[in-house]
Amino acid sequence: MHGRVKVKSTAQQEEEKRKEREKKLKAFVSARDAVLRKRSAGEHDEEALQLTQQLLSSNPDFATLWNYRREVLLQLETSREKDEVQKLYESELHFIEACLKVNPKSYGCWHHRSWVNTRLPQPDWTRELGLCDRCLSLDERNFHCWDYRRVVVKESGVSVEQELQFTDRLIGSNFSNYSSWHYRSTLLPQLHPQPAPDSASNTSPSPTASPQIHSHRVCEEQLLKEYELAHNAFFTDPNDQSAWFYYRWLLGRAEREEMISCVYVSRERERVSVAFSKPVHAQSEGLMLVLDGQPQQVEWRSTHPRLRHSPVWLCDLPPGSVSDISNEHNLTVHWTEKYTHRDCALYTGCAESWCRDSATDQELFRSELSVEKSSVLQAELQSCNQLLELEPQNKWCLLTIILLMRALDPLGHEKETLAHFQTLKEVDPMRSSYYSDLCSKFLIENTILKMEYAEVRVFSLSNKNLTTLCHLDQLLLVTHINLSSNQLLRLPPQFAMLQCLEVLEADDNAIESLEGLYHLPKLEEVSLRNNQICKLSDLESLASCTKLTRLDLRGNPVHKTANIDSELSQLLPLLCKSQAFVV
Amino acid sequence: MAAEDLPSQFDVVILGTGLTESVIAAACSRVGQSVLHLDRRNYYAGNWASFTFNGLLSWIEQYKNQQEVQITELEQVWRSLIDEGEDAVPLSALDSSISNLEVFCYASEEEEKEEEMKTPLSSFQPVNAETVSEEANGDSTEAHDTVTGDDTTASDAKTPNEEHEVSEPKEDQHTSDISEPSQSQEEKESQLSSSPADPPVEVQKKITYQKLVKEGRRFNIDLVSKLMYSRGALVDLLIKSNVSRYAEFKNIGRILTYRNGKVEQVPCSRADVFASKQLTVVEKRMLMKFLTFCLDFEQHPEEYQDYTEKPFREFLKNKKLTENLQHFILHSIAMVTQHTLTEEGLKATQHFLRCLGRYGNTPFLFPLYGLGEIPQCFCRMCAVFGGIYCLRHSVECLVVDKVSNKVKAVIDTRGQRISCSHFVVEDSYIRDEQRQSTAYRQISRAVLITDRSVLPSESDQQISMVTIPPLESSAPAVRMVELCSSSMTCMPGTYLVHLTCSSSGKAQEDLAPVISQLFHVSTIPGEEPSEGAEERSKPAVLWVMYFNMRDTSALDSSSYSLPSNVHVCTGPDDSLCSDYSIKLAESVFHHILPDEEFCPPAPNPEDIIYDGDGPQAEGPGFDESTNTEADKSLAEEEGNSEPAEMDSVTQQAPLDMTPASEE
Repeated sequence: MHGRVKVKSTAQQEEEKRKEREKKLKAFVSARDAVLRKRSAGEHDEEALQLTQQLLSSNPDFATLWNYRREVLLQLETSREKDEVQKLYESELHFIEACLKVNPKSYGCWHHRSWVNTRLPQPDWTRELGLCDRCLSLDERNFHCWDYRRVVVKESGVSVEQELQFTDRLIGSNFSNYSSWHYRSTLLPQLHPQPAPDSASNTSPSPTASPQIHSHRVCEEQLLKEYELAHNAFFTDPNDQSAWFYYRWLLGRAEREEMISCVYVSRERERVSVAFSKPVHAQSEGLMLVLDGQPQQVEWRSTHPRLRHSPVWLCDLPPGSVSDISNEHNLTVHWTEKYTHRDCALYTGCAESWCRDSATDQELFRSELSVEKSSVLQAELQSCNQLLELEPQNKWCLLTIILLMRALDPLGHEKETLAHFQTLKEVDPMRSSYYSDLCSKFLIENTILKMEYAEVRVFSLSNKNLTTLCHLDQLLLVTHINLSSNQLLRLPPQFAMLQCLEVLEADDNAIESLEGLYHLPKLEEVSLRNNQICKLSDLESLASCTKLTRLDLRGNPVHKTANIDSELSQLLPLLCKSQAFVV
Repeated sequence: MAAEDLPSQFDVVILGTGLTESVIAAACSRVGQSVLHLDRRNYYAGNWASFTFNGLLSWIEQYKNQQEVQITELEQVWRSLIDEGEDAVPLSALDSSISNLEVFCYASEEEEKEEEMKTPLSSFQPVNAETVSEEANGDSTEAHDTVTGDDTTASDAKTPNEEHEVSEPKEDQHTSDISEPSQSQEEKESQLSSSPADPPVEVQKKITYQKLVKEGRRFNIDLVSKLMYSRGALVDLLIKSNVSRYAEFKNIGRILTYRNGKVEQVPCSRADVFASKQLTVVEKRMLMKFLTFCLDFEQHPEEYQDYTEKPFREFLKNKKLTENLQHFILHSIAMVTQHTLTEEGLKATQHFLRCLGRYGNTPFLFPLYGLGEIPQCFCRMCAVFGGIYCLRHSVECLVVDKVSNKVKAVIDTRGQRISCSHFVVEDSYIRDEQRQSTAYRQISRAVLITDRSVLPSESDQQISMVTIPPLESSAPAVRMVELCSSSMTCMPGTYLVHLTCSSSGKAQEDLAPVISQLFHVSTIPGEEPSEGAEERSKPAVLWVMYFNMRDTSALDSSSYSLPSNVHVCTGPDDSLCSDYSIKLAESVFHHILPDEEFCPPAPNPEDIIYDGDGPQAEGPGFDESTNTEADKSLAEEEGNSEPAEMDSVTQQAPLDMTPASEE
C-alpha cells in the first residue's frame, strides 16, 4: 500500500545479525591474540592499554587481560608525574565503570576497581560511594557491589550512623533485601552496644554457669526499636524470610560457656570419663589429670574411633591407683587452655563417683534465644501469637513461636510446641524431616530436664516419634534407656558416650546400624525387637561390649539367617555362654 | 502560495486533535492511510491541551469572548461546491464544551493588575504552539505560511472567536521558540536536579502575580486532569506503538487522602504498608491479606459471592477491616463510591494493585510537561507516517451523497473541497441539529496554583494523587492531583493542583468547599496569607480557575444523526484514566479499517529500508543506540526519549506542524 514503511523481514534480520556476530568474533579473536603476543613479549605500553580496553569493554570477565593491564599501569606509573598518575588512574576508573555497565557482576571489574583505588594518589571516595549507591539501586542484592561498598565505607570513614540510615533507606524501599538486614546486624552493635554485662540482667539463676554474653549484642532500647521494625516487616509479609532471620538474630543466640560439664570416675574399671560443654579434641586441648595431688600420665581417647572431636573423652588410670575401695581419692581434671578445671571425689566405699553441672542448672537448652530478658521474650511471643491468629499456616511464625516458647519455658510449653510441630509438618511438607529432627531434639532436651529434676539415671523416651538422637553427651551417667516405639534408623557413634549404660531397650524402631554400641563397659541387656538389622556383620560392634549377656533380635531380618545361633556364638562368644541369649 | 496546496483527496479526514482523534490519526496513518488532521484552534489537543500560564490566560479570554458566529458570505462559497445529488451538513463553529469559567487571583498583584486584563498579544503562546515545524523542511514552511496567511485575511470574519489573534506575532513566536533540543534537554535536567534545592529559598519569597506571569512559561496547565495507570490502555498503547519514545514520564510518588480533617498518606504498596506509621501491625497484616486476596479474587468466589448484589462498602465491613482500612480501600485504592457493588469494587482494587510496582510504588504515571503531550505524541506518529497537519483550519460542512448517505467530501474553512472516505470529528464540532440526544453530563474542574504541598514531606518533588471522599453525602467525591515543579508543569516553589469531580452544579459550587478545607484561601484577593498558626499549616492558594467541561462520554453513534462514515469522538470523560478514550479510538479505527492492526509497533529505525523510498529518505539522527527494550522501558523517571532522535523524526515528517514534545 502506498506510503507504507518497508520493514526488513525477520530472515533478513537474522542473517544480518549472524554476519554481525561472525565479524565481531573474528575481530575479538585477532585482538586477543595480539594482546597475548604483546604480553609474552613483555611490552608494557599505551597500545597494550588500548587493545585490552577494546577487548575488556566487550568481555569484562577476561581476568588475564586485567592482570596484564595492571602490569602495564604499574610500568607506566613509574615514568609519570603525580598529576599524570592521577589522571591515568582516573581514566581507568571511567573505563571500569563502562565495563560494569556491560556486566555489573564481573569479578574482574570490581577487583580491578579496588586495586586502582589503592594506586590512586587521591582517591575520590564520595564518587565511589555514589557509584555503589547507583549500582545497588539497580540491583539491591549485587554482592560484588556490597563487598566493594564495604571497602569504600572503610576507606572513606563514613560514619556507622550514616550507614545505618543507608540500610533504613534500602529496607524501606524493599524489606525483602537480606543484604541490608544483614548489614544492619553488623552496624547496630557498633552504634548501640550493650552496656557492660550485668549478671542481674540474666535469666540464669547461677551467673557462673550462664550462657556466654557476646560482644555483638545491642542495647535494649535499640533492640525494642528493631523488634518493631521486624514486626512491621513480617506482619506486612509473613512469608518473607529476610525479616524472620533478622528477627531471630535480634532475639539472640547464646553460646554455651566452654567448660568441663561432668567428670565421672569408675573404681572398678579404673577409668575417668570427662564431658565438655562442646566437642573438643582432647589430645590437643591441654588436658591434665591430677589424682590425689599427683599429675598422671594418661592417654585420652574419644568414645568411638569415628569421633575425632567429641564432647566426651575417656582415660584409663594407672592400674591399682583407685581400686582400693577403702580409700578416698581426689581427682581433678584441668583444661589448661581454658583455665578451667573440675574436681571429683571418689569416697570410701563408693564404686563410682561424678561431679557435674546438670542441664537444669545451666538451662543450656534454652540457650538458643535466651540471651534476652524473659519479659521481652514474653512480649515477643505475644506478638507472634497475634500474627499466628491471622496467619495460622505461616511456617516462619510457627517456628519462631516454638523457639520463643523453648526459651521461655520448654517443659511448660511442651504440648503447644508439639501441636505447632504437627502444623508445621502439614503446611511445609518439604521440610517435614527437618521438623521431625528438631522436634526430636526438643523432646530429648525436655526428657533430660525431667530426668535431672527427678534425679534419676533412667532415661525413658518411648513412643515419641523420635527420628534422631542428640545430646547424648548429656546422658553420660544414664544406666537405663528406653527408646522403644520411635522412628530411629540407627544408634550413631555418639551413642558410645553412654558410658554407664546397662540396659538398652529400643524395640519397634527401624534401626539398621548399631555403630554406637561400642565399648560400653557396663552394657548387659539389649533389646532390639522389630528393627531392621539385616546382616550379622551389623552386630560386630557388640563384641566390644564385654558385659553383654542378653540380646533380643526377634523381628529383625537378621533373625531369619540360617545358622544364626552358631554364627552369633562365633561373633559374640561371651553372650552365648550366659544362656540368657534370646533369639 | 495558493490556498489549494492541500491535496484534494484523503482516505481519512480528522477534525479535532484531542486524544481520541489523535490516536485514530496515528493508527490510520501507521497502516498507510492518507490522513488530513485539522483543528480549528491554534493549539493541539483541544480540550486535552496544556497551556503555559500566559497561554491559559489567553484561552480564558477566548472563551469569555466567544460568540455565536454568523454565517457569512463564505457559505455561498461552499454552497457553490455542492453538486447535485449531494447534501451539505454544516458543522458548528462554536465550541460550547466549556462553561462557568471563573478566575480568582490571590497572589499579591501590586503593579500587575492590568496585565491580567489585557494579556499582551505576543504572550499568547499555548504550549502546543511552541512545538513547531522544522524550518529545514522547505515545503512545510511554505504550506504553513499559506495556511496562516489565509487566516489573517479570510478567517477573521468567519471564526473570529477562534482566530482573533494576529498571526504574525505568533509566527515569530514559532520560529523564535524553537530552542535547540540539546539545550532544552540540559535545561530540563538542570531543572529536575536543581529544583529540589531551590524551593526552600523560593518558598520564603512571596510569589506575586507578576512572578507567575513572568515565569508563565514554566507552567503547563492541563484542561483535563488524568493520570495513567501503569497497566492501563494508554500505557499499553504507548508501548505497543512505540509512541512512548516521544514523551517522558514521572511516577506519582504517593497517594494521599483527606480524612477527619487531615491529609494522610495511603499505604498501598508493600513498601508503604511496611513503612506506615498510622497502621498497627495487625492492620498491616489485614490490609496486605485483603489486597492479596483482591489480586486474584476470581479464584476465591466463596469469599464474596454473598455480596455480589451488595455494595463493596458492606463487603469491606464484613471482612472486619478497621475504619482506617475501609476508608483507604474504598476511597483511595478502589476509588469507588459508597454504592458501587462488590464485584466492581474488587475489580477496581485488582486493577490498582496490578499496576503497582511496574514503574514505581504507586500505580500511576504522569507525562512530563502535562497530559497535553500525549495527543501530540500521537499526532507526531501520524505525521511521521505521512499524515498532514493544519491548525486553525476547520471544516465548514460535510458533503453527503444523497443516495448512499455517506460523506464523500468535506469543504474546509478556506473553501476547498477535499474528498475522503471517512470523516472523524470531535463532538464539539457537531451542531445541535445533528444530535439525537443531548444527555451529556458535566465535569467540574478547578486549577490552583499553591505555594506548598498539602502534605509536606522529605521530598518536595513528588506528584501526589489525593482522594477526597464526599464532604457531605450529597456531594461528589473529588479527585485531586498535586503536581510539583519537576513534573515540568509549574514554576519552582509552586504546586499546580487539579481538582476534578463529576458536576452537580457549577464547578465553583462543587469544588470551592473542598478547596477551603484543604487550602488557605484569603478573603480578600491579593491579600497575603496571614501568619496565623492554624492557617499557615495549609498551603495558600495563589490563583484559581474554575470551569465546567462537557462530558459527552455517555453518547454513542446513536446519539447523532450523521452518515455512517462519520465517526464522532466524544471528549474527555470524568474518570481518572484515559482508557475510555483509547478504547473509543480503537473501536473507531476498526470501524474504518476492520482488517488492519491497531497501532502495530513502529519499526525500529534500523529496520526501515531507505533506498529509493521518498518520504523515508534517511534522517541523520536515527540513533544507533535506540533499541526496542530501551524504548519499552517507558517510564523510568527521567524517561529515555532522545531529543536527537525526535528531531530527526521531525525532519522526516513530510509536512509541517509536526508536534514536538520538547519545549
